[in-house]
Amino acid sequence: MKRKLEVTELIFKIISYTLLTVFALCCLYPFVYAISAAISGRSAVEYGSVVLFPKDVQFDAFAKMFSDNMFWNSYSNTLFLTLFGTIWSMLVAILGAYALSKRRLLFRTFFNFFLVFTMWFSAGIVPQYLNYLATKDVFNSVGIMDDKWLVVIAMGMAAMNIILLRNAFEGVPSEIEEAAIVDGASEGQVLTQVFIPMSKSTIATVALFFAISRWNGYFWARQMISNSNEHPLQVFIRLRLEQYTDPEVMAGWNESFASDSVIYALIVCSIVPILIIYPFIQKYFAKGVNVGGVKE
Amino acid sequence: MKAKAADFLVYDKELGIYRVNPEQAVRDDVEKHYWRHVGQTIVKDRRLYLMLIPMLLVFLFWRYFPMYELLGCFKVPDKVLPVSQQYFSGFSYFKRLLFAGDGLSTDFWRAMRNTFVLSFYGLCFGFPMPIILALFFNEVRSNIARSVYQVLTYLPKFMSTVVMTSLVTMLVKQGSLTTGMGIVSRALANIGLISPEVANAGLLNNPAYFRAIYQISGIWESAGYDSIVFFAAIIAISPTSYEAAQIDGADKMAQLRYVVLPSILSTIVIMLITRIGHLLNVGYEKVLLLYNPNTYVTADVVSTFAHRNGMGSGAGTGIAAAAEMMNNVVGMILVIGANTIAKKASNTSLY
Repeated sequence: MKRKLEVTELIFKIISYTLLTVFALCCLYPFVYAISAAISGRSAVEYGSVVLFPKDVQFDAFAKMFSDNMFWNSYSNTLFLTLFGTIWSMLVAILGAYALSKRRLLFRTFFNFFLVFTMWFSAGIVPQYLNYLATKDVFNSVGIMDDKWLVVIAMGMAAMNIILLRNAFEGVPSEIEEAAIVDGASEGQVLTQVFIPMSKSTIATVALFFAISRWNGYFWARQMISNSNEHPLQVFIRLRLEQYTDPEVMAGWNESFASDSVIYALIVCSIVPILIIYPFIQKYFAKGVNVGGVKE
Repeated sequence: MKAKAADFLVYDKELGIYRVNPEQAVRDDVEKHYWRHVGQTIVKDRRLYLMLIPMLLVFLFWRYFPMYELLGCFKVPDKVLPVSQQYFSGFSYFKRLLFAGDGLSTDFWRAMRNTFVLSFYGLCFGFPMPIILALFFNEVRSNIARSVYQVLTYLPKFMSTVVMTSLVTMLVKQGSLTTGMGIVSRALANIGLISPEVANAGLLNNPAYFRAIYQISGIWESAGYDSIVFFAAIIAISPTSYEAAQIDGADKMAQLRYVVLPSILSTIVIMLITRIGHLLNVGYEKVLLLYNPNTYVTADVVSTFAHRNGMGSGAGTGIAAAAEMMNNVVGMILVIGANTIAKKASNTSLY
């Protein structure tokens, strides 16, 4: 009996380790390959002799990309959208969630429903597009000609994130709030000095969600921002990919490195910043899943 | 709750009579002057309501106004007039899409079918993977080794859809063996899984492979990250449960069957229901970035159909809005149904 137990245990363990290792390597491989292909020589990439490690190392593909003004432009645009977009989203979400968390708020059920209904039913991309065009006109008519600001203000407000914040605020004991009020705190002070410090980790998680969706945002940025100088990085990557994988456009390619290397270099550059901050944000990311979605 | 006499009346010992409970008097007053009470409360808590305003405006402008635009699906299209001034046309677009039998209608049915098929495959292949992965994580006893595995498997989740689809596009790129065929196509052709001609033409140009690419890239991207919630449920199981099972002579399979599975079943049910609720929310961005006219047969979903017709040079915004209307109404029914079931099954509402 005991032997059978040990044997099945061992077999399962071996299977687990093997498949986990295979899957983890599969997750890692494309990144390693992207780096290798970005810095390998032209013939090595085109003949497919780069499998894992770089061959005929060159950095011209990176140099070509770094000398491209549009690349730096798009990078700064992405930073702009991420920074201001996250600040704006957090401002709106924290204020709204704080008000919603108060039981004394009249019509609270209605406001909650107003929020939650957008998670059940979305108008779809075409009506949203028409609506953005209309609001763009309004923005232009009041003198905001920059599409970036419309993207910052109109995009990326997710009801789910507001509900996460609201739940966190509801978890703050009402005694502490009362104590602050007795001490003479105003509504704003209660929020900034009691509620925000007491739900720091949820706020960090939600800010991270907002920041990631801003950093990754592609579709609406491409639809809404007409000036190509204002395109964020994701749109830039996509436009370059469309250009560089078109055989007709690439027929006359006569650089010392493969055209693929440029795309791989671009991919590497776009994920390096995320890899750098990844160790610091991972725990908030993991936490977000566990608090996400479920509410009593 | 049943009203009791004490709610309304209190005995006044000094006068020896029953008087109206003062709290009830306030309640009566509130009832009588409800709107005055509302006004007073709002004035008193004005800061709270001011805080609510930005959120309400953002949702009104960019979530609810589009729903108004959606009414365009009932209206005669007009390039000049806004939706509010167009004439109602009844259900003509719906009839056109559903029953006309022309190219547009067949395209719509194809998109509808593809939406369901992609979601259903996701449910069959994408859903069990995180659970299996969580079981495997649980076998790794060393914390350092497990962290390494977890960090590696969460990694793809941090890429944007654009970067992920760009990588996929490059890895299965068209081309001959000497001119930059994607490394994955090359490997698949070498081991004989696909013919060299197919690899030359590019896997993303071949409708037969679109669904597989979509699902595999989906698993690659999110299986690790999605396993977090299941892994959390597994490590919450008390070690004594395993010990008890071992003493009863349960081998590993029996332990998985009788200890682990029942413990994480509620998590699985909740996640499954959520997933079914979002069955029709196929990630249109990913499809849009991966498909091309060659693969419309298997790749075109309702959102992308609407995108082509409403935002490009297609059949117009009315048709597109009608297509999305149908998709979203079915989607909403699924979400609300799923939420109701979740409430009944586990007393936890998802929203």
